[in-house]
Amino acid sequence: MIDKNELDKIAMSKEEYDLVLERLGREPTHVELGMFSALWSEHCGYKHTRPLFSFFPTEAKHVLTKAGAENAGAIDLGDDDVAVFKVESHNHPSAVEPYEGAATGVGGILRDIFAMGMRPIALLDSLRFGNLKDSRTQYLFNGVVSGISGYGNCIGVPTVGGEIFFDNSYTGNPLVNVMCVGVGKKKDLVSATASGKGNLLILVGADTGRDGIHGATFASVDLSVDSVNDRPAVQVGNPFLEKLLMEACVELAQNHQDWIIGIQDLGAAGLTSSILEAAERGGCGVEINTSAVPQREIEMNPYEIMLSESQERMLIITKKEHQNDVINHFKHWELDATIIGKVIDGEEVIVRHENEIVARTNINFITNAPTYKLNFNNDLKEYDYYNPNLEKINDIKDANQELLEMLSLPNICNKKSVFRQYDHQVLNNTIIKPGYGAAVIRIPNSNKALAITTDCNSRKVTMNPYTGSEIAVAEAARNLVAVGAKPLALSDCLNFGNPDKSTVAFQLSNAVQGISSAATILGIPVVSGNASLYNDTITGSIAPTPVIGMIGIIEGLDDILNRKIEQQQHLFIVGSQLNQKFDSLAGSEYYYNKTKSIAGNLEIDLVFEKKLQNFILDAFSKKMIKNSQDISDGGLMVALAEMCINYSIGFSGNNISDAQRIDSLLFGETESRFLISVPEEKVQEIIEFAKSTNIPYEDVGTFVNDSEDPSISFGPINLKLSKIKESYNSGL
Amino acid sequence: MKVAIIVFPGTWSDGDCMYAMHQVGADPYKVWHTQEKIGNPDMVIIPGGFSYGDYLRCGAIAQFSNVMKDVVNFAISGGIVVGICNGFQILCESELLPGVLIKNDSLQFRCEDTFLKINDSAISSPFLNNISINKPLKIPISHGSGNYFVDDLTLKKLKKTNRIAFQYSNSEGIVEDGYNPNGSVDNIAGILNESGNVLGMMPHPERASDVLLSGTDGNLIWNSVMKSMMVKNK
Repeated sequence: MIDKNELDKIAMSKEEYDLVLERLGREPTHVELGMFSALWSEHCGYKHTRPLFSFFPTEAKHVLTKAGAENAGAIDLGDDDVAVFKVESHNHPSAVEPYEGAATGVGGILRDIFAMGMRPIALLDSLRFGNLKDSRTQYLFNGVVSGISGYGNCIGVPTVGGEIFFDNSYTGNPLVNVMCVGVGKKKDLVSATASGKGNLLILVGADTGRDGIHGATFASVDLSVDSVNDRPAVQVGNPFLEKLLMEACVELAQNHQDWIIGIQDLGAAGLTSSILEAAERGGCGVEINTSAVPQREIEMNPYEIMLSESQERMLIITKKEHQNDVINHFKHWELDATIIGKVIDGEEVIVRHENEIVARTNINFITNAPTYKLNFNNDLKEYDYYNPNLEKINDIKDANQELLEMLSLPNICNKKSVFRQYDHQVLNNTIIKPGYGAAVIRIPNSNKALAITTDCNSRKVTMNPYTGSEIAVAEAARNLVAVGAKPLALSDCLNFGNPDKSTVAFQLSNAVQGISSAATILGIPVVSGNASLYNDTITGSIAPTPVIGMIGIIEGLDDILNRKIEQQQHLFIVGSQLNQKFDSLAGSEYYYNKTKSIAGNLEIDLVFEKKLQNFILDAFSKKMIKNSQDISDGGLMVALAEMCINYSIGFSGNNISDAQRIDSLLFGETESRFLISVPEEKVQEIIEFAKSTNIPYEDVGTFVNDSEDPSISFGPINLKLSKIKESYNSGL
Repeated sequence: MKVAIIVFPGTWSDGDCMYAMHQVGADPYKVWHTQEKIGNPDMVIIPGGFSYGDYLRCGAIAQFSNVMKDVVNFAISGGIVVGICNGFQILCESELLPGVLIKNDSLQFRCEDTFLKINDSAISSPFLNNISINKPLKIPISHGSGNYFVDDLTLKKLKKTNRIAFQYSNSEGIVEDGYNPNGSVDNIAGILNESGNVLGMMPHPERASDVLLSGTDGNLIWNSVMKSMMVKNK
């Protein structure tokens, strides 16, 4: 009988071990126990989150994959074009080894995409760190950015966007979420499946080493002071090898799909999860010989081989008559390809090592991890962070100074110093570069583009996990709509603390339901996702952070170059009146900066949000507007300043003498608002369109370009553009 | 114009170079690094990327590949060769061009638009002699090791023989330290060999090949080569 110490090491509970015994009807072998524990880790088994996934709306006419059935979600873009995408976390590895943790995060999500036969065309990084004044945070921040830059730049896939957010709750437990989008033709989509007795399992790419053993388990426990000792659980990346693997797999899918049954990447839990998941999808058995696996280190045992998370490996399930074709194909790309097993009848996995059977069991016993019900009191009023009352703060005296301060805050300021470390242009598709809201990436050989974004304001999720998560989805959609793209689908990455804590359980459950609510009402299906729990350190849980990755489509690029802000254009606010009440500071960056606290009530009317987003899209297609910007972190004034900065233009605002509170007017964060720039000759038309569709609007002022260094004046604000740029560029 | 685009394991600008060649109406084809012969091109492009992973000095391994022997012969016999980014590094390692590209002075990767002042006195080169505009080219960079270094004596010689093709400048063509993205000596962004038929440059003209993306200033270089070729063939 195994003792508790041993079980703790592999993060398996006594109850789970008993379940293993019950299913097997005997004691597991050492290798079997390793396989169970890896696939029953939270990271692979989704033990706390799987029961929640049924809330998600997952189907739509343009969705080609069943939820969770493949490595990423596939979307039909019309004309035979397909996009696949997913967001995934690499938080714990990045907390102990930021460079390699982030680098292999990039590598891992890329494999998910090209395993489906699609070519990766864009990467985005959604990053969260503690306070940058802290030296460990600086180390993590620099390491993560270098790791992303090192891997992404080398492999030649552009990093086109993402977010960077700082909050004390992420101290010691940064979040590194990476999203990848791939495109290709529908006929080239490959499934990650195994089937057909006698077909072969061919392992290609890197040799297998001892790196990352039990990485999935490591990702599923709280971080502690001793976590630095877990550095061996972090894998090391080789982007050059992955580049070859990517080219070889994409070419295999495009030109030789008749040679193969499926392609499955090796990620968390290595060979174990790769082989078992492919077999489970295809409803077959598999037999593998670990002695055949090419090894980087001497005397590796089957336990290590089955659980190694060495990077840059791929499993090709090959038709037996084409084994030489496939091996030679990879040889051309200078990659090793080795037959390590085969498909068998039945439902068993058989693992042999030097002719000895070291594991033999029903596949479903392992892949079907137990699930847990979250325990919590579902009453917002009892929730730890429930605080509906905003503390009264004095209204703004020096509005110019306040704006300059806002623009220089790390969460608002220009992130160019980071984005310029990423190659964001390779592959010649980048139409809108990072730093301007959503990235816009041309779909190769077409007159269409994808708009791509990631978003999550975790302060708002902390305040109210349900509404805050609705807001995260709405805000991601707004980013896309602001560049004229129709949202198509989303991928979620659920970053939370330890779900055994009732507060975290409340957050997780409500966040999933909030995402589902917004996705349903806005008509944006959830097509892929990932969960990262146990983001806890000695100081507590991270802010709940359900990162939303979203893609949308722009049909027709002929007009996109005309979407410039020029002088004489009118700026309208749509979605609300200009004036805002004090309540609008709830969850705002301004309020947090003043009080270092979060409070107030969050509200969003998703039916109105949908109507407003349609209004913007229609206004774009009717060519009534030239440009738009959604109002989010930092409120109206930050959005307006960013428009002026991006287009190097000044602004002259209309009279706002009746403003009740200047702080709320300038920096309030009421949801469902856009700024739109309207050419003079379209002003009447847009007003009528807004009236006929019942969208509140107000003419805010006009853009001016009367000098080298124009002024931005609006209410109490009157500043030179150069001054505004200086502050905006000074934050990071 | 037939254009051979050399592809090493780890090259990633090959597709973008193909794209740019199609944009200007040239006829490109790829040549994999194991091939001994490059065919009969009018121009050879060594594109950007991380050849062989660049785990050693950038470009250091690529010089020994099969295909480079024929590229070197082509260049020596007067063939038009351009190395972009990693291609520039490979040309230096292959000693077709002097100097070396070391790490950016910021020690960070840089991807951004730069302005390139064309050296008026280097205009006898086919890459430059038919560039129709009289202002700096706007072309993006994307590299971690683009800091061109050469000893003083060679630098003097480069200047004297009009072989500095491009210098980083502002949009008005003013060359100053503040516009130097990587610390390269004399703001050098691209240089020519002695006979002007080999160009190495860090910026990526193939990325400035479409109004939708980063403008079309890169196409001016290719158009110049095509024009000079037409003149030569007359």
